[in-house]
Amino acid sequence: MSVTDTERMKRVGLNGDEAVAYAAKHANVDVVAAYPITPQTIMVEKISEFVYNGELDAEFIAVESEHSALSAAVGASLAGARVFTATASQGLALMYEILYIASAMRTPIVMALGNRAFSAPINIHCSHDDAYAVRDTGWLQFFAENVQEAYDLVLMAFKISESPEVLTPSIVNLDGFILTHCIEPLYIWNERYIQEFLPDRKPVEAIDYRNPKTYGPLALMDYYMLIKRQQYEVVRRARATIDRVFDEYSRWSGRRYRAIKTYMMDDAEYAFVVLGSTAGTMRSMVDKWRGMGRKVGLVSLTLYRPFPEDDLRRILSGVEAIGVMDRSHTYGGPGAQLYQEIASTLYSLDEHPRLLNIIYGLGGKDFGPEDAEAAYKYLMRPDVREVWLGVEG
Amino acid sequence: MSSWPRDWRELPMAGIINIAGSSLDYKTGTWRARKPVLYPDKCIKCQICWLFCPDMAINRLEDDSVEINYEYCKGCGICAEECPTKAIEMVEEVG
Repeated sequence: MSVTDTERMKRVGLNGDEAVAYAAKHANVDVVAAYPITPQTIMVEKISEFVYNGELDAEFIAVESEHSALSAAVGASLAGARVFTATASQGLALMYEILYIASAMRTPIVMALGNRAFSAPINIHCSHDDAYAVRDTGWLQFFAENVQEAYDLVLMAFKISESPEVLTPSIVNLDGFILTHCIEPLYIWNERYIQEFLPDRKPVEAIDYRNPKTYGPLALMDYYMLIKRQQYEVVRRARATIDRVFDEYSRWSGRRYRAIKTYMMDDAEYAFVVLGSTAGTMRSMVDKWRGMGRKVGLVSLTLYRPFPEDDLRRILSGVEAIGVMDRSHTYGGPGAQLYQEIASTLYSLDEHPRLLNIIYGLGGKDFGPEDAEAAYKYLMRPDVREVWLGVEG
Repeated sequence: MSSWPRDWRELPMAGIINIAGSSLDYKTGTWRARKPVLYPDKCIKCQICWLFCPDMAINRLEDDSVEINYEYCKGCGICAEECPTKAIEMVEEVG
């Protein structure tokens, strides 16, 4: 089908939060349990408006904290509901304890995360600290580059998470303010057609009072490690389902989704790896550099968990130097989070590309073409292994 | 529980236990370091021990007297503490 098919979809202007709220509505969610926090607030406001107006037949649970939000979400999901929640930064930190429980109890909740820096100092703008901080909790993670992707990824995340072979919750990341509050044109579906792609949830092992079971039982030395191995394999193998759903949605929507987006990588001697909205800035810079005869390419990850390491090894082998861009940092560690993962991924290669860790944009610090140009200059210098872009020295 | 598989591929998803009431198979009496001993001649059948026992390890009988279920009693000693006539005494578990 064509993207100009106005019967099936319409072009609208929405900010990222509104687009995510529409995605939750179009997914026809049964339960939403969420607590408002900047920059996610508009999602919660918009969804509660949909419920109040009768546009969305869902239970909106106005909880007293994020800890309660995710706890309520787990219970509702176990009961068989399609469940959505959303948060950011400090709110995600308060959910932390329940994140592990949600994934290990195999509740296919979908969460939108408006990426925001952790306090202190208090800051409401974008860092990827929050997404990275929960990378080991067993949730699938996706990164949107723009508002359209945020909308589409929420719909796809429900289908992926609820697949019987996956049954694992998902986080859809969108950069705080840069995407959550930026109005962009996008296509949203005519609700009548959503069922074609995303039918109602078919719960597996849902709570049934006529057939009682024990969920989340005690498992010590005898069974704990077996159950963890089971979950580990589920997340690792979820990649096949993710690729299948991405393909299906791409055909259905006319917009192509893949785990990794590569740009000008075929003959690239230098490459940047990036997450989120900065990919757009970097792609335009690659065009500029190519025009100057510089062989630069870009790799941006739509899929962050499970980490697409095999593909990255293939894509990045043979490149001379790679600038790994982290909108985060780690204290006293060997490079920031994405840098560590790219370094681990490439270690098994016989010849290693040189790696530069570019720490940029913390707390919403602007990243523009001149910053990209500075990053390129650092990448040309073999003596530099790490740079705090804009706060050097 | 002993019939559960040892292979992660065959485990029920997320370790969900499909058999209701399977906690009865978990004999927590082995956890005990001290055990309550009941002296029936001092017991006034007030059933405070039955009320307070956090593990329901005290059985109430037809004639309102009580008996201790050692298969599940963890030896916490609350019954002995609460008994108004000192009809229950905690003694060291032997062997």
